[in-house]
Amino acid sequence: MWVSRRVFSVGLAAVLSVIAAVEASGQTALDGIVRSKAVRIAVPTDFPPYGFVGSDMQPQGLDIDMARLIAGKLGATVELIPVTTSNRIPYLQTKKADLVISTLGKNPDREKVIDFTAAYSPFFIGVFAPKAMELKAPGALAGKSIAVTRGSVDDSELTKVAPSTAEIRRFEDNNATISAFVAGQTQTVATSAQVAAAMITKNPQLGAEYKFLLKDSPNFIGVGKGEDALRAKLNEIILAAKADGTLEALSRKWLGRSTGDLPE
Amino acid sequence: MVNLDFGTILVDWRMLAKGVAWTLRLTTASATGGLALGIGCAWARIHGPVWLKAVTGAYVELFRNTPFIVQLFFIFFGLPAAGFRLSPETASILAMVVNLGAYATEIIRAGIEATPRGQVEAALSLALSPVQTFFHVVLPPALRKIWPALVSQIIIVMLGSSVCGQISTEELSFAANLIQSRNFRAFEAFIVAALIYLALSIVLRRLLNWLGPRFLFGD
Repeated sequence: MWVSRRVFSVGLAAVLSVIAAVEASGQTALDGIVRSKAVRIAVPTDFPPYGFVGSDMQPQGLDIDMARLIAGKLGATVELIPVTTSNRIPYLQTKKADLVISTLGKNPDREKVIDFTAAYSPFFIGVFAPKAMELKAPGALAGKSIAVTRGSVDDSELTKVAPSTAEIRRFEDNNATISAFVAGQTQTVATSAQVAAAMITKNPQLGAEYKFLLKDSPNFIGVGKGEDALRAKLNEIILAAKADGTLEALSRKWLGRSTGDLPE
Repeated sequence: MVNLDFGTILVDWRMLAKGVAWTLRLTTASATGGLALGIGCAWARIHGPVWLKAVTGAYVELFRNTPFIVQLFFIFFGLPAAGFRLSPETASILAMVVNLGAYATEIIRAGIEATPRGQVEAALSLALSPVQTFFHVVLPPALRKIWPALVSQIIIVMLGSSVCGQISTEELSFAANLIQSRNFRAFEAFIVAALIYLALSIVLRRLLNWLGPRFLFGD
């Protein structure tokens, strides 16, 4: 096959730029942030009050404020990347995001694939159902249908304690989970207290209430596996924000309660 | 370097097998229902009374011009407000039947309209009733002509069933998604799912190409 010199050099340039890109990705995330003065942060947009789209179509919430705070302290501009519960970790693994501030709980499975900073906000997960339903412990879920968001900590905690006869219905994101419960497609729902609070406020006709606790699970910032420089830098920022009351103020502003005791 | 570990996916083979079983169940039900609906609506669009032509025309336009996932969400999340509560599986099958039905209507109608007028006149002159004419003279050659197009549409609907996991139907994509959300091996999970879909499509195409001539329009 005959290849003109121009085609060859274009091809060579393409190959070289791919090699250069691969080379660049070998650097640490912190180097990248410092050099480009921009930080890509994965945030939720379906998870009020942590991350949601306001009436002005701009993302807002506790995680968004936290992302802006982190970017400010890193001296970088923030690029918010909307992610769902099930794809936030793949975004980090594939380096589409430098860090994940997305109501991320810590568990051993996740610790195998990404690293975590200190906790920055409180969170707890429970089971919710109409007042008329007697439901005091996981065992009572036998024979009942329950909606949960697939791949979330809610899911793994629920799967651990639910009896095998409970009909667990897993949905793609929190909106679908809540919609299924609100539409009466499931009898109960396992989700965070904050999501449930928003659901109950908007749908008083459901008569839904908190039944029992699945897990007290504070949120951590996730960074790529082995990004120790970035993690140390973030921990420094988080501890300073904790000491000067910024984290407490964020929690009061969005959740209406204290951060409580955050693990480091 | 990408580090692939298929072992972490294949230990969950029961989940994948269950996913394949649901994908096949959804496809079988929707192919049967969709084909019957398509034949009925194709007849109605050609021979039906004016009002029925209008109704089937509206049905075809509505379902061919809206995305499948919106139809699915409407049936699952929307209909309960009107008092129709369907399980995720029933809602998935219903959505796939009406979706395939709309496309099948137009494909089958094309086949019927390609039947030479003389053939129909010959049947009628032999004193066959219009119903006998439709089922014995018009429909078999029509199906033979459009069978490859119809088979492709059935396969498209089978692949489209991958969005039924969004409403918690535990089909193949749901299984792959659930596995990757637990062990974070997204690349491997979707490679495995893609290979299974590929195998299913090839086998289904061969099966339908074998079944059609033998049972639907005897060659």
